[in-house]
Amino acid sequence: MHNLQVSNMTLLLSGLLVLIALLLSYRQRIGLEKDMIIGVIRAVIQLFIVGYVLKYLFRVNNVWLTLAMLLVIIINAAWNTKKRADHISHAFEISLLAIFASTGVTLGVLVISGSIKFIPAQMIPITGMIASNTMVAIGLCYRNMNQSFADQRQQVLEKLALGADLHLASLSLIKAAIKTGMSPTIDSAKTVGLVSLPGMMSGLIFAGVDPLHAIQYQIMVTFMLMSATSIGSVIACYLGYRSFYNDQKQLL
Amino acid sequence: MTAILTTENLTYQVQDHLILDRINLSFAKGHYVTIQGQSGSGKSTILRLLANLISPTAGQIRFNQQLITELDPIQYRRQVSYCFQQPVLFGTTVEDNLRFPFIVRNEPYDQKRVVAALAAFNLSSDTLTQKKEALSGGERQRVALIRNVIFHPQILLLDEVTTGLDETNQQLILQWLQRLNQSYGITMIAVTHDATELAQAKTLVKIEHGQVTEVRTHA
Repeated sequence: MHNLQVSNMTLLLSGLLVLIALLLSYRQRIGLEKDMIIGVIRAVIQLFIVGYVLKYLFRVNNVWLTLAMLLVIIINAAWNTKKRADHISHAFEISLLAIFASTGVTLGVLVISGSIKFIPAQMIPITGMIASNTMVAIGLCYRNMNQSFADQRQQVLEKLALGADLHLASLSLIKAAIKTGMSPTIDSAKTVGLVSLPGMMSGLIFAGVDPLHAIQYQIMVTFMLMSATSIGSVIACYLGYRSFYNDQKQLL
Repeated sequence: MTAILTTENLTYQVQDHLILDRINLSFAKGHYVTIQGQSGSGKSTILRLLANLISPTAGQIRFNQQLITELDPIQYRRQVSYCFQQPVLFGTTVEDNLRFPFIVRNEPYDQKRVVAALAAFNLSSDTLTQKKEALSGGERQRVALIRNVIFHPQILLLDEVTTGLDETNQQLILQWLQRLNQSYGITMIAVTHDATELAQAKTLVKIEHGQVTEVRTHA
């Protein structure tokens, strides 16, 4: 921890970087100044609140409080995917189930294998990583399904007209949506360490941990995100595609 | 003659636009009925309603005296098969498309049966391995029609299937459809505004502005 020197004063000075962004937006007439200011203020307030909440949770180290925090993260992530749901009804419930399952299975394996301990300082950040990545994957799945059910409408209709059930009529679209949902995770797994040093690894190196030890954690993160996004995408797509049909098995 | 399919006051409306207005039609088993109408007259909508791809705003459809809403839509569509005006072929090759009806029914793929169906439609067995993009408009339509009839549905709904094709292909398809109608007793309901097809029609239903204006049967 000896390398970490950030303080309120250094933060204030690094805040000058925002001024550069604001100036660029203003001079180039991009019109993002208001959004940038709101974004920065929100980020600062949210992070301060989270900082104090986490400090409290780590100090009390209570199982129920930890579980409650995990649930808050999962519910927030599920709520966020609703924005991309469009034609998918019950998107919140579907996402909640998908994120809950992906987080549950992944955390379960990590805890049972001894990779992480059931303590708030490990469970909360790991859940945040899993839930946010699954959230992004599900959002991409929803967007892809909405797009492809519109673009490939006739193909789906023809399959229905040939007597295909809803699953068979939608299968190629479901597969494409799952692929889209998982592609950021797969791409980042392929380029990890070559293009960027990801969050977990960078954080540990920053805090002074031996890089050889830090990569072990990053490998674990790569495995867990692969599992979490695939579980989340598969559940969300398989529960979501039926929203494009009515009870007469007609394409809406 | 027993009616295989009947419509009772079939109405279809999209917002304020009345597309079909209380259509009452009865299709006898094994008959070949041609529905005539200008673009926008609602004739394609009738076929989509008969295929249960859309539901009527009012009125009902009966298949063998039973309301189609009481039947399993998937099983119904295997018996009342709808062929599109410009069909989309799936997958990569012709074979991918002709496998599909077997996959739908969870039956093992029978290549002999498929080759025989191709031959009956002047297509060689080499067609199976052809890329779908390499097919002409007429060949694409023939492959799509085989996809519809390989398991002999009770009714075939044909949505302007010869529109845009040259005369040779048009005649080839019309003769093949006649043969299917006569040999296997498949009831044909064809929508068209093509003069050649209309001239050959035995039973003609004329639709104008969403209403049946004439039903004519030639001896």
